[in-house]
Amino acid sequence: MSAPPGPAGTTPDAAGTPPEAVGTTPEATAPGPARETLHYAVRNPKLLIGFTVVLILLALGLFGPPLLDTTDPNAYGGPQAAPPDSTYWMGTTTFGQDVYAQFVHGLRATFLVGAVGGAIAAVVAMLVGFFAGYRGGVLDELLTMVTNVVLVIPALAVLLIINAYLGVRSVPVQGVFIGLTSWPWAARAIRAQTFTLRTREFVDLARLSGNGTWRIVFREIAPNMSSYLFMMFILLFGGSVLIASSLDFIGLGPTGGVSLGLMLQSAQQWSALQLGMWWWFVPPGAGITAIVGALYVANVGLDEVFNPKLRES
Amino acid sequence: MRRYFARKLLVYALTFVVAVTVNWMIPRFMPGDPVAAMVSRARVSQPEAAEAMRAYYNNLFGFDQPVWQQYLHFWGALFQGDFGISVWVFPTPVSDVLLDALPYTLGLMIPAVLLSWIVGNWAGALAARRKVLDNTVLPAGYLLTAMPYMWIAVILAWALGSKAGWFPISGGYSLDIQPSWTLDFVLDLAHHWVLPFLSLFLVALGGWAIGMRNMIIYELESDYSSYLSALGAPQRLIRRYAFRNAVLPQVTGLALQLGVLVAGALVTEIVFAYPGLGSLILAAIQNQDFFLLQGAFLFIVIGVLIANFVIDVVYVLVDPRTRTGMAGGQS
Repeated sequence: MSAPPGPAGTTPDAAGTPPEAVGTTPEATAPGPARETLHYAVRNPKLLIGFTVVLILLALGLFGPPLLDTTDPNAYGGPQAAPPDSTYWMGTTTFGQDVYAQFVHGLRATFLVGAVGGAIAAVVAMLVGFFAGYRGGVLDELLTMVTNVVLVIPALAVLLIINAYLGVRSVPVQGVFIGLTSWPWAARAIRAQTFTLRTREFVDLARLSGNGTWRIVFREIAPNMSSYLFMMFILLFGGSVLIASSLDFIGLGPTGGVSLGLMLQSAQQWSALQLGMWWWFVPPGAGITAIVGALYVANVGLDEVFNPKLRES
Repeated sequence: MRRYFARKLLVYALTFVVAVTVNWMIPRFMPGDPVAAMVSRARVSQPEAAEAMRAYYNNLFGFDQPVWQQYLHFWGALFQGDFGISVWVFPTPVSDVLLDALPYTLGLMIPAVLLSWIVGNWAGALAARRKVLDNTVLPAGYLLTAMPYMWIAVILAWALGSKAGWFPISGGYSLDIQPSWTLDFVLDLAHHWVLPFLSLFLVALGGWAIGMRNMIIYELESDYSSYLSALGAPQRLIRRYAFRNAVLPQVTGLALQLGVLVAGALVTEIVFAYPGLGSLILAAIQNQDFFLLQGAFLFIVIGVLIANFVIDVVYVLVDPRTRTGMAGGQS
């Protein structure tokens, strides 16, 4: 997907936002101001709320499944189509599957696909963005061209085809494919940031000292953008979660497993809507919305922490 | 400006070539044999009959020619609007199947994209101005952008369709009406259109509002704004400048978001069983109709390319820098 759904301006991208506006000042990583960053971090409500929500859901995903009676979230154990009660906290499906068991297992798949997809997209975006931005010239032209080509082709259409043909049906593989198609907007933004940094004195100094491209990129430029890169990873993580849920919903999700998107798909497929079984389709969507929304909100908090201009005094 | 358009056109041309090539490669180099799938679907028991069928399909889809010839033929056919023949609704040409579905998707997409952009920018700009508004628009915006398209579609269908009974929750029109240009049909069409449109509109709206709000705040804190206010310029004027500058990245954002919005339209259509490209793609996947899937993919890519081109033209109109060629790269 070309950009994470929504935050067209959540992180200013190459489009024309003042690159300086993002909190990527060299001070952000120095030891003294690091304490200052922490000082603001623990006092930023957006950051705290966002991360708390994500951590609670992560904990639920990690520790929820082992606490269940069964190991199989798809087991046909309970009463059929029962609304939530004290035994089945989120009710049961038409087939008597425990919605809560599916939900906590689904959270795992969601975090996994977000982490894998986000990490791969971030790595590709960094490689492309850094080298295009730092080296410039023909390499830049070439990489920018590739980025733009990938950017214009809708990722979901590509993923549909890959999935339909290869029949890839596992969460990690899904994450890999999502990562490989969702990097372009991030690469553009990193390239623009690198552009502004490569003419700074400390980079010139490193170059004069005879350091190679790799060393300058990863020792001088990347650390100065670390906060920006971290925020970008968060957005890519959220984007991966949303794309994965769409794929699952279309019926191209992992087979045999559980994910929040698959839960929505089976709710849709077995007419939970027409039957009024709201407990079947409300939790999975709410889970995705909570994770992604909390990440976005935390991201705004981080922006305020890193960028003194945005702090509310 | 000429350089700007030359570069844009080059990217579009390259994208198109890549898309067509990928499209051509898929049934040939990917695992899974579409011809075998079709033969097995026909459930022919005698091996001779199966062999004859295989030969027929191979010939029909041109698999018996050399690879480079197939590739050139593919391009040739494409320019004649020939996307091959659908397996699912054999023997209807893929282009006919797609063209039937296209108006529904466009009728859903175009209003949703444009209206959400306009309303979102307006709401975001308002939010940047007033604290009270900011505290409502911002959380609502984040909630909306974080929602998966199909979920908000399901929730809307449940609340406004099933519970309240205001709108029908599936189909593009009532089954007892034949599509025709009568008032009854148009009203029925509009009635079915509301919920899918609303779900697409709402999710996109949040993103634009947040984007605009952030951009305006950045602009209001920039040097020229402080300079203007130091000069004693009225706040209204400063805001107008800030708005103009903030709108530019939003135009670029529109181009960037198109691919995402296409994805949103596809899953929304599936929820509402809306007879557009999304429902077709689902049918193509379920029936292993590779040619229809291929055709839909190309249709989407071409649509996104055209839309991006239109946005580029608009960008030149609103950004004076592209006109003078200063921002030639715009990459």
